[in-house]
Amino acid sequence: MARSPETTPTLEVRALHKAFGSEPVLRGIDLSVARSEMVFVLGPSGSGKSTMLRCCNRLEEPTSGEIFIEGDRLTGPGVNLNAMRQRVGMVFQSFNLYPHLTAMGNVTLALRRVQKKSRAEAEAIAAEALDKVGLSDRARHHPGQLSGGQQQRVAIARALALKPTVMLFDEPTSALDPELVGDVLAVMRDVKAAGMTMLVVSHEMGFAREAADRVIFMDGGRIVEQGPPDQVLGAPTHDRTRAFLRRFHA
Amino acid sequence: MDAILQQFFNWGVMAQALPLLLKGLGMTLLICAVVIPLGALGGLLAALASTAQARALRWSAIAFVDLFRALPPLVLLIFIYAGLPFAGLRLSPFAAVTIAFFLNNSAYFAEIFRAGLLSVPKGQAEAALSTGLTPAQTLIWVRLPQATRNVLPDLLSNVVEIVKLTSLASVVSLGEMLHAADLVRSVTYNASPLILAAGLYLLLLWPLVRLIGRFERRIAG
Ligand SMILES: Nc1ncnc2c1ncn2[C@@H]1O[C@H](COP(=O)(O)OP(=O)(O)OP(=O)(O)O)[C@@H](O)[C@H]1O
Ligand SMILES: [Mg+2]
Repeated sequence: MARSPETTPTLEVRALHKAFGSEPVLRGIDLSVARSEMVFVLGPSGSGKSTMLRCCNRLEEPTSGEIFIEGDRLTGPGVNLNAMRQRVGMVFQSFNLYPHLTAMGNVTLALRRVQKKSRAEAEAIAAEALDKVGLSDRARHHPGQLSGGQQQRVAIARALALKPTVMLFDEPTSALDPELVGDVLAVMRDVKAAGMTMLVVSHEMGFAREAADRVIFMDGGRIVEQGPPDQVLGAPTHDRTRAFLRRFHA
Repeated sequence: MDAILQQFFNWGVMAQALPLLLKGLGMTLLICAVVIPLGALGGLLAALASTAQARALRWSAIAFVDLFRALPPLVLLIFIYAGLPFAGLRLSPFAAVTIAFFLNNSAYFAEIFRAGLLSVPKGQAEAALSTGLTPAQTLIWVRLPQATRNVLPDLLSNVVEIVKLTSLASVVSLGEMLHAADLVRSVTYNASPLILAAGLYLLLLWPLVRLIGRFERRIAG
């Protein structure tokens, strides 16, 4: 039964459908992400990018289809969802840091309450994670005392500290002032360099070209086109992809 | 002028009344010590139920809150103390007071907690769940601390209301402060004990009211 880790995808999505009421939003997504791969997801507004991402940790309950993390089933009844979610880190567009806790408190919460680590142990892990995102000196600050870019880096540290198998990023830089985007992308580059598997929804085309292993273009709840960044961004084969990309080159 | 002083600010009568009033104050505080935590807990549960997915649960919570917010607490108290015995249920004054105020206050606390929970952005719970916290842990560590902070002035105002509400217990002859004061008044034919009781209420509540004002200014500013 056990498949070898080299051939088992780190994240596998099979025939994923999602409807809100009678409105279909995802119409059969098949996607497999290999270990340490960074997959970029592009697509017009409303094409279902966020919904797909949110199904991958079941913040959104799929209508049908299956999702596996390293071969372990995430969907369906009888899954220990809280345990599985530890293996899927998520970074949100609006950071969603806990405003009543310090940066350190944000990172240690799940380490302490879910992983039941001692305060000392949790703080040691959190300090390491904050160091990775370059914010060791901000550990005792509250989110309100941090810039948007710093907040997003704390949010990345919060996800990273749980040592997830895969990390999901939903437009991590869209809410940031342009001059703060670079710091966050630099951290994401480091995370990738450390071997993290990443599924990233973002419109940072430059970053996609430079860092992504694969780019997926979604439209109308389907994957329309995918391939290496140079191909999808440089020579798209599909009309809708071309139309979408024209807006960014204009 | 002298007659007025004699009738309202008679130090001799006040000194005489003080021990009984302090005993009454003890009862007032005891009622509060029971009703405030229970009411807050009941209110929190009702608030959670009123935002639940299950429709039956949601509607019963809303019905509960509406009913006990609309029902005057004095009517409720007299019904429980003097009405229920007709159904064979005879309660002590303390039990009747506790139950009536618990029901009344749960409803008010529920509305406050509900507003507080709704004031916390959905992304907060999503972030917590995404790190593996259970819904209960998410409530305790992420949603409630923020919800409580957002409605702290309202929660404290409600506490002040509860302390004031306890004076209603005098109608079922529970020896709380107002009842004690009125008792001494009726024996001495002098209003000074009532003034003393009013002064003690003021002493008890004024700091709290001041605190609320400070919180409100801090939130507004
Ligand atoms: N909770 C919800 N209830 C109802 N409809 C929803 C819900 N969430 C998303 N939708 C709808 O699903 C569709 C896809 O939304 P989604 O957020 O996945 O798109 P997206 O590709 O992430 O768009 P954007 O680029 O604007 O973020 C949209 O039409 C949206 O209105
Ligand atoms: Mg989106």
